[in-house]
Amino acid sequence: MAAHAPAQAAEAAASTGHGWRSSKMPDIKLLMWLFLASDCMFFGSLIGTYLIYKDRSLVGPYPLDIFDIPLTTVSTFVLLMSSFLMVIALHALRQNNIGGFRLWTSGVAFFGSIFLGFQIYEFRHFVDMGLTLTGSLFGTTFYVLTGTHGVHVAIGVLWLVSIVVASYIRPWTKKDDVYLEVAGLYWHFVDIVWIVIFTLVYLVDFV
Amino acid sequence: MAIGRQAAPAVSDGTIFKRPTWTRGIGSWITTIDHKRLGILYILSSFLFMGLASVEAFIIRLQLMAPNQQLVSPDAFNQLFTMHGVTMVFLAIMPLGTGLANYFVPLLIGARDLAFPRLNAFGYWVYILGGLFIYSSFFLGGAPDVGWFAYAPLTSLSNNPGPGTDFYMLGLTITGIGTLVTAMNLIVTIISMRAPGMTMMRMPVFVWMMLITSFLIIFAFPPLTIAMVQVIFDRTFGTLFYVPEAGGLPILWQHLFWIFGHPEVYIIILPAFGVISEIIPTFSRKPLFGYPVMILSGIFIGFMGFAVWAHHMFTTGLGPVANTAFSLTSFVIGIPTGVKVFNWVGTMWGGAIRFTVPMLYSIAFLFMFVLGGITGIMLAMPPFDAQAHDSYFVVAHFHYVMGGGALFAFFAAVYYWFPKMTGKMISERIGKIAFAFFFVGFNMIFMPQHFVGLLGMPRRVQTYDEGFGFEIWNLISSSGTFVMGFGMILILLSVIWAFKNGAPAGNDPWDGRTLEWTTTSPPAHYNFAVQPVALDRDAFWAQKHPELAHADDPALYDHDYDAGGIHMPGQSWYPFLMSLFIVIGAYGILYQNFVLAALMGVLVTFTTYGWAFEGVGGYHVHPDEHESQEGATD
Amino acid sequence: MPMTPWLRRAAIPLAGPLLLAGCDFAGLQSTLDPAGPIAQAQLDLFMWSYWLSWIVIVAVFGVLAYVLLRFRRRASDPDRIPSQFHGSTKLEIGLTIIPVVIVILVAVPTVRTIWETEVRVVPEEGDVIVNVTGYQWWWRFEYPEHGVVTANEMHIPVDRRVIVNLESADVLHAFWVPRLAGKRDLIPNQNNQLWFSADETGEYYGQCAELCLGAHAYMKFRVHVVEDERFDAWVDAFEAPSALPASDDPRVQRGRDLFATKGCSTCHTIQDYRGEVPVGSSDFPNLTNFGLRTSLAAGVVDNTQENLETWLRDPQIFKPGNYMPKVWREDDPDADEEIAAVAAYLLSLGSDAEELAFASGGTDDVQAFRAAATGGDDGDR
Ligand code: HEA
Ligand code: HEA
Ligand code: HEC
Ligand code: CUA
Ligand SMILES: [Cu+2]
Repeated sequence: MAAHAPAQAAEAAASTGHGWRSSKMPDIKLLMWLFLASDCMFFGSLIGTYLIYKDRSLVGPYPLDIFDIPLTTVSTFVLLMSSFLMVIALHALRQNNIGGFRLWTSGVAFFGSIFLGFQIYEFRHFVDMGLTLTGSLFGTTFYVLTGTHGVHVAIGVLWLVSIVVASYIRPWTKKDDVYLEVAGLYWHFVDIVWIVIFTLVYLVDFV
Repeated sequence: MAIGRQAAPAVSDGTIFKRPTWTRGIGSWITTIDHKRLGILYILSSFLFMGLASVEAFIIRLQLMAPNQQLVSPDAFNQLFTMHGVTMVFLAIMPLGTGLANYFVPLLIGARDLAFPRLNAFGYWVYILGGLFIYSSFFLGGAPDVGWFAYAPLTSLSNNPGPGTDFYMLGLTITGIGTLVTAMNLIVTIISMRAPGMTMMRMPVFVWMMLITSFLIIFAFPPLTIAMVQVIFDRTFGTLFYVPEAGGLPILWQHLFWIFGHPEVYIIILPAFGVISEIIPTFSRKPLFGYPVMILSGIFIGFMGFAVWAHHMFTTGLGPVANTAFSLTSFVIGIPTGVKVFNWVGTMWGGAIRFTVPMLYSIAFLFMFVLGGITGIMLAMPPFDAQAHDSYFVVAHFHYVMGGGALFAFFAAVYYWFPKMTGKMISERIGKIAFAFFFVGFNMIFMPQHFVGLLGMPRRVQTYDEGFGFEIWNLISSSGTFVMGFGMILILLSVIWAFKNGAPAGNDPWDGRTLEWTTTSPPAHYNFAVQPVALDRDAFWAQKHPELAHADDPALYDHDYDAGGIHMPGQSWYPFLMSLFIVIGAYGILYQNFVLAALMGVLVTFTTYGWAFEGVGGYHVHPDEHESQEGATD
Repeated sequence: MPMTPWLRRAAIPLAGPLLLAGCDFAGLQSTLDPAGPIAQAQLDLFMWSYWLSWIVIVAVFGVLAYVLLRFRRRASDPDRIPSQFHGSTKLEIGLTIIPVVIVILVAVPTVRTIWETEVRVVPEEGDVIVNVTGYQWWWRFEYPEHGVVTANEMHIPVDRRVIVNLESADVLHAFWVPRLAGKRDLIPNQNNQLWFSADETGEYYGQCAELCLGAHAYMKFRVHVVEDERFDAWVDAFEAPSALPASDDPRVQRGRDLFATKGCSTCHTIQDYRGEVPVGSSDFPNLTNFGLRTSLAAGVVDNTQENLETWLRDPQIFKPGNYMPKVWREDDPDADEEIAAVAAYLLSLGSDAEELAFASGGTDDVQAFRAAATGGDDGDR
């Protein structure tokens, strides 16, 4: 975090016209890291609630009755793959390969949408099987936790689509990579959170 | 008006709205992104809320002045202390710290603004509109009445059908968003906008404490937000989080609340530690004693703050193991805090102490904070807490640390920095008289509450019976409010008078040590005409007394950091609009008008796009040519 | 750590040399005047920390006062620049050790007292078990071993360990009898336990200490600590609690009938009121042997004919917010007479518990009997 060499930095300050900076990390990237730190606590609280209320439901259905592990594994895999595409998209942008960047970014959004599709299907299926938001503690905690995650994914999809659209309005170059990188940080985080949820909510009961 | 002067007009490049360029009038305040203006708005708003909360406290004390009085009904009484606590904690004392940070963190580190000026404005608007949202409950069916920590299942729809609880939950969720983004903003600012030469270990202690506080906010607010969202869901959509009949555990709310709640008390006190660490050195004419230790102890306190939450729950039957553990962690916090106290005394040792008004408040802070801290340690002994919990002994404890501690420290800060913010001096003589009333009144109110608590008076009781020995203490306590109130009025009058007729302050009225005193009072909108450089801790002092400082690296001066001009960001409508939509959306949820809520959701989304595509905007100034401009960039 | 009685005796006069001298710290609900080992241990711990804190206060404020006096800026030399020292590692370490030592001095007795007073106990021979349920805003006391169910007044024998199981029927409450033991919360879906014993017979005041809205301030109760025999007599009174009035007073007879016709019995139970089948519901105060109570409406006022009539006329007068309905309309011409009758009937309940042979008659005897059964002074038999 030490201030970098003054001469160089003064020059940089003059050239960007945004004044002296005492850190090399772009501000929005730092901001995103801070947001993610905070988001960890958001999900931590929700997951904590889920785990504390586990096995306290007075009426069914219970996790073992409804989870379809193979299906959810597929959607998990789709989400994981989207993170790979994210890396590729960022790489493309850094290479100034704008076409590739648009393609791969759209791919991430597409895979995210598939995941959401799975989730909507799953929710409807669970409701049919009797698991509702207000029916039991399992329903309450399950839907609020996975629903919050779903909202995160949906925001991410919207964001990525907006990036692709924006890159047409004001053509992007590799100088804009930090904006994609920040979206990518977010996306990877949401992905990791899903792994945790998948493990703690879905898999645990089958072990 | 001179304070918080607005940026000169810039060329507009907004997307939907024309980018606002007012320099005066309401519009300029609503669209401002200047950290100094926002700081002033924060400070004024927090004083407004503090006034409301003080009136509530006053009515509470009148009701309790004598036994068996019926000035207010039990229900009204519950609303009064709940709103008093909520207001003081969330809408008064914490934003006061944020306001001071908003104004002074950039000045102290030699920066021109916060890292994200529009986000900063958003933080403010969400706070003030959210606060007004909560207060609107008084006119819309009753204020929250469940106590400031709103224990489940008191908050469930069946136990509390009125809208008060919804106002509490939604309102605090909204203001919490503001607190969160402002904390993130401050961290980024502190990390990436320090003046050349200002390494982390040269930062003023106030900045350090704000950095730690901001990290505490980032980790502490989410659990509270989640808990509140759970209650909102329970009440609005019929989920079962806190419904005992469905197996829900009311104790879960207590854990989530206090995982937030205890760090929260350090979120309140650490900025206070910060300002005290600025004021005592200035008026002792000495550097802070043990600077690295001060920083480390602050970090340690912040860290430990997350490990003690269950000391608020000693009587909930956690069992002896948990009680032992949380008791010990609480004791441990006394150690770094004690070190801080010793270091403040050490700073004064051998100094040349001037008893100005800010210094008097700082000394009073030391006195009362230590008393409050000691009763805190006592409360951290579970067997004694079994007696003291939920009694007036606790009320006395937390008023000593929050009122005698944080409030007094912030008053010191307001007195200390008022000349910088306005260019005017407040009368020292009236300040000292008012201080005497304030100090004596405060102790009259809260010292007796220790005794009445030990005599067995529970808190949150609307009245009490004769014959328990409570009468005399309550009488003294209630009388004290008149003394303290008189002091408050004196302070207010002298501040208003100073605004108009105060003696000019000059740049450096107190013989200051830090960078804010190098620039004009009030500072120009670009803060510093020339990018300041920090060659040492107490950077300004080192400039004034180079022979005394171990200043190094004078080469830092040899650069023109402002060669491209000073970039000033442009004003914006979006922060205000987005906050407004969020609050209207909250009314939608509250009245179960989901169409309205969804509409507001859509508008918030649109505002986000407007915000993003509007860009930072702005223009460059070249201070030597004074406020000339060079067209828009970005 | 010295946990000796002198500490405790010293507590009262010395509770603060700095406080107003001569103040009496022995109130009805005072934590400084314990009457049982648990409250005593809690006070001893407090007193220990109290004396320690004087050391801290004298040291810190002493040095502070010295510094403020000694290092003022002198008018004779206003521009003096003091030596700009930044700190001293040795001093810093020394200063850290002081709070560490204090913390250890506080922590050791604290941990010991926690383990002495807060572990969950298993009932043993001779313990008295009471199941306490908190309601907005009154208390249900059930003695599972004795088959006793009553409200708002708890009887316990002196010097015996009492184990209280705490449950809540609605929101949070806290059970607190300051002179006997510190509080413990009543939480739905959580079984909490508290145990204590009392050294001295007498009447002790308790209070709900957790905000439960409405009449929280009025949610009090009493604990009667009595000798073993009296406790047994009290329990016996519940074994054969005739719901038939012992008195021939026609008012009382009428009151008995009104208790059903006015609808009281839809909520309140009086054991054996209608033969074998008890009426009422367990979610409302059980009024069996109500005549034995010294207080009314959860310890809010004394249980006298007059207060009881006021209560029945409008329960909100003594206890704003409570859930007992107003049974007689304002303009009911028979109200006065009927209320007096019901009150008389309620106060007669329990007065025929024959073991104590206070059977017949007027209210004076009831009062005398009540005094005896509840451990009052004029109750020798
Ligand atoms: C600014 C806010 C603030 C601060 C700084 C503190 C500081 C501390 N508090 Fe306090 N506290 C509150 C605000 C605060 N508190 C509030 C609002 C509540 C009530 C909430 C409610 O119920 O409504 C509360 C309640 C509360 C309780 C729960 C009481 C109950 O409800 O039963 C406890 C219990 O452990 C406690 C402990 C402590 C401790 C150990 C400290 C320590 O940090 C104190 C450390 C400081 C010192 C010890 C003094 C200086 C040190 C020396 C001079 C060195 C020598 C001394 C020793 C080593 C002992 N506090
Ligand atoms: C920072 C926190 C803070 C501060 C400063 C205060 C200040 C005061 N408080 Fe409060 N208090 C709380 C936080 C605070 N309180 C909390 C969290 C609770 C718990 C609530 C709960 O149980 O849920 C509580 C509860 C509480 C109770 C217990 C209620 C109960 O349990 O039944 C009482 C009773 O005496 C009380 C009294 C007072 C009084 C007389 C003051 C006085 O010191 C106030 C006087 C202050 C001033 C006079 C100066 C400031 C005023 C201004 C700057 C206004 C001027 C400006 C304009 C008019 C524009 N407070
Ligand atoms: C709808 C239910 C209801 C009805 C009907 C009702 N009560 Fe009550 N009563 C209560 C409740 C609830 C309380 C507890 C109030 C409190 O203390 O918060 C109570 C308390 C009392 C008490 C005080 C109990 C105590 O332990 O001190 C008495 C005596 C009493 N009722 C008598 C009567 C009589 C006599 C009638 C009929 C004329 C009656 N009640 C009708 C609900 C009812
Ligand atoms: Cu029950 Cu307060
Ligand atoms: Cu705490």
